[in-house]
Amino acid sequence: MPSHDVLIIGAGLAGQRAALAAAEAGATVAIMSKVHPVRSHSNAAAGGINAALNPEDSWESHAYDTVKGSDYLGDQDAIEIMCREAPDEILWLEHRGVTFHRNETGHLGTRAFGGASQARTYYVADITGQALLHVLYEQLMKHHAAIDRYEEWFVTSLLQDAGGHCVGAVARNIRDGAMETFTAKGTILASGGAGQAFKPTTNALICTGDGIAQAYRAGAPLMDMEMIQYHPTTLLENGFLITEGARGEGAQLFNKDGERFMEKYAPNKMELASRDVVSRAEQTEIDEGRGVGPDGQGILLDVTLVPKKRILEALREIVNIGRDFAGVDITREPITIRPGQHYIMGGVKTDVEGRTPIPGLYAAGEVACVSVHGGNRLGANSLLDTLIFGRRAGAHAAARADGMPMPAEPPASRVRDEEGWIASLLQRGPGSGRRVSEIKDELGEAMNRHCAVFRDEQGLSTCLDVVRRLQEEARSAYVDDRGTIFNQDVLGAIELGYMLDCAEATLLSALERRESRGAQFRTDYPERNDDEWLRHITVSLGASGRPELGYAPVTITSWQPEERKY
Amino acid sequence: MPSFTLKIRRYLPESGDAPFWQEFDVDLEGHRSVLEGILTAKAREDGSIGIRCSCRAAICGSCGVLINGRTRLACNTHLAEAVRESPEDGKIIVEPMNNMPVLKDLIVDMDAVHWKKIQRVTPWLLPEGPPPEREYVVPHENMVDVTQSMACIQCGACVSACLSMEVDPLFIGPAALAKAYRFVGDPRDGAQYERVKDLAEDPAGIYDCTHCFACIDACPKGVAPMSQIMRLRRVASRDHDIEDRNNGYRHEHAFVENIERNGLLHEADLLPDSYGGKLHPRAVPELIDSLPVVAKGLARRKITPGKALLHPHRRHYKDVRKLFKKVQAKDEPLELNLYIVGYEEEEEAAR
Repeated sequence: MPSHDVLIIGAGLAGQRAALAAAEAGATVAIMSKVHPVRSHSNAAAGGINAALNPEDSWESHAYDTVKGSDYLGDQDAIEIMCREAPDEILWLEHRGVTFHRNETGHLGTRAFGGASQARTYYVADITGQALLHVLYEQLMKHHAAIDRYEEWFVTSLLQDAGGHCVGAVARNIRDGAMETFTAKGTILASGGAGQAFKPTTNALICTGDGIAQAYRAGAPLMDMEMIQYHPTTLLENGFLITEGARGEGAQLFNKDGERFMEKYAPNKMELASRDVVSRAEQTEIDEGRGVGPDGQGILLDVTLVPKKRILEALREIVNIGRDFAGVDITREPITIRPGQHYIMGGVKTDVEGRTPIPGLYAAGEVACVSVHGGNRLGANSLLDTLIFGRRAGAHAAARADGMPMPAEPPASRVRDEEGWIASLLQRGPGSGRRVSEIKDELGEAMNRHCAVFRDEQGLSTCLDVVRRLQEEARSAYVDDRGTIFNQDVLGAIELGYMLDCAEATLLSALERRESRGAQFRTDYPERNDDEWLRHITVSLGASGRPELGYAPVTITSWQPEERKY
Repeated sequence: MPSFTLKIRRYLPESGDAPFWQEFDVDLEGHRSVLEGILTAKAREDGSIGIRCSCRAAICGSCGVLINGRTRLACNTHLAEAVRESPEDGKIIVEPMNNMPVLKDLIVDMDAVHWKKIQRVTPWLLPEGPPPEREYVVPHENMVDVTQSMACIQCGACVSACLSMEVDPLFIGPAALAKAYRFVGDPRDGAQYERVKDLAEDPAGIYDCTHCFACIDACPKGVAPMSQIMRLRRVASRDHDIEDRNNGYRHEHAFVENIERNGLLHEADLLPDSYGGKLHPRAVPELIDSLPVVAKGLARRKITPGKALLHPHRRHYKDVRKLFKKVQAKDEPLELNLYIVGYEEEEEAAR
């Protein structure tokens, strides 16, 4: 049974950064992921990473933009830390080999991004996340002596001792189906978001809310789960992401009348207002009959306004996406897009060191809610969040482990119970209920219909009923694969349970927040209401086995809530 | 809605059975991807079909497979396009990638081949001395240049398609060598000479590539691994004058001189030229070694004594020599930025 000072679950940017920080602090580290690390969804963050690194810029300006972008729901102490530490993090990455694009003097170049008062987004063409992820993996390979990699291992649950402390995890080797316990003094969840609970989504198939649900089941509170970001530019056809970098480089949005409608909604920032604002503007145009496409469900994004050489150099990836997935040459004609599910601001509640209320359990990245994004995340702040809080969690977990005894190995029955549970999943056949894939589709479609850009009580309640029914149906759902080697089918059944937990928490929080703030727009409560709702909503698993709602205060340091205009 | 037939090569290691073919019919629009076809079959008919996949958008590099015998990403190959290329009346044939052991169905052992080779090239930056206080100041062009290698998603398509690797499994291969160029071309790396020296001296290194273009054809991200290998060779031979023990350096120079002299490759001269001329002591054993190949070529009439000795293609050599002169007259060697080359070509065509 492997044991380490620090066990990291998830090997995207947050996980890899945590692993490097923990190893640097002298800890023994294991990093585990259900996919090979470079397949992680951090790849998809295309546009860049924010930092106030230019002498003319300031971290306060970055922090203010982030606070305003969050619609004042972000915790300002955490935002200050993130923005203060951002410049050094960029340099750390640059020194390790990230191929950031330069300006004409050979210094780090920037591009403009949404919701920002300065061009402070550092980038590698439009493959920034991919470049960061692959360079961090280079560093993991370099530090292979200090960091054990468990690639293609699937965590089924967290281990807790009698006192409730987290002491590791139980995982299944996807390659051969063997179950094993991994004990650790500290466990860091870095397993990403839950976008697959929506259909369509920009998120990869692996983004199934595993860590959020694992922490929730272990008793950790979730926070801000109602805050679901719809990205303004996803392909009409299949929901794939077109980077905000396109608008940062000068692309514009038009409705079917050829009107640059952002003039009405955000006369100053136009297309580069924050994402919730732009997505709402687009959805309003669509709902009022000014959309394009066969059902009028789209908006035109015109990238041809960007010089062609610049497109080929800096927006290469979306040229490929347009060509391969929409049959459009974006250098010659506009492409049809719409708002699409992209990111969850909420997650496992943590402090600025990444600690959850469960001793020994940390979380960082999209799985976590510090909360630096509050009601709406700014573009190019997600990569920053993963790296800053991944590093802090890794360093803190390593320091905490120093001098601490290794937790006792869990009883063998712990693995046997889990094996028995999976065996029972495999025993179900077509007679027992619905297919896992059918339930997943119904969940995603319901969430996208009722819990999207515009919401109301009736829709959210209807959706909650659907989710509760699907939770029942999931208990008898069946899979086809009975094997042990790469049985992806049975993992899908476990992931479905994770997604349903996340969806339930999201709907409960969205129903509870009877106001409009950030990504949550309630048509039945269209105003922001600071008197009642300038607070976080939490969801925890109660003693009865039912979710319980709670509240947490918003930390305000320098910036009092104001009306938000772009 | 149109219907497509996917013919998938299955392999279930626990069954004890040999690989077998299984067909699935799926109803999807033609511009949907082969991956969506496979996932539809998996969701509706048989959840046991094994395929790695995640992003669905050609970013994560999970779903490399053979489609109608060619290595592709399943997610960015359209069903309609795959049917057009089908050799078997409209069935889309899907198999696991080549050059790597199959674990289950369409899942291959990337660790055993691909990642092992990546680790061979010291795949991390080796900066010289302590880092500067702020960023390294380097030309924008260099960063755009290595971005072509950074665009690699480690899908293994080039490894699967590589013909050299099929013959010589030890060949470091296109993906790992493209990764190597990411450091060799990076001005911040302090080990450029050591890296290219190592890759030139390795018998399975940069001179093991046969220039067949299969990796360029297979790469879904425009990384053009072979071009990166050629650039490694140029750094090794032109910038560092590394005369490797594999004779790659001399062979390459002999090749260029041969064409300059003859207008078109004169194969009979190439081998002795590569070893310093027909009478050079090193050339003699090589010539003797190649006799069986020559004999076979003669027997099968692939070469005739007349062609081999007289080289009748010589008449256009003046035009070729003009090209050589034009290129050699430039102060800076002509090094196209391959990543944005399409733009330059189009601009010229428009003029």
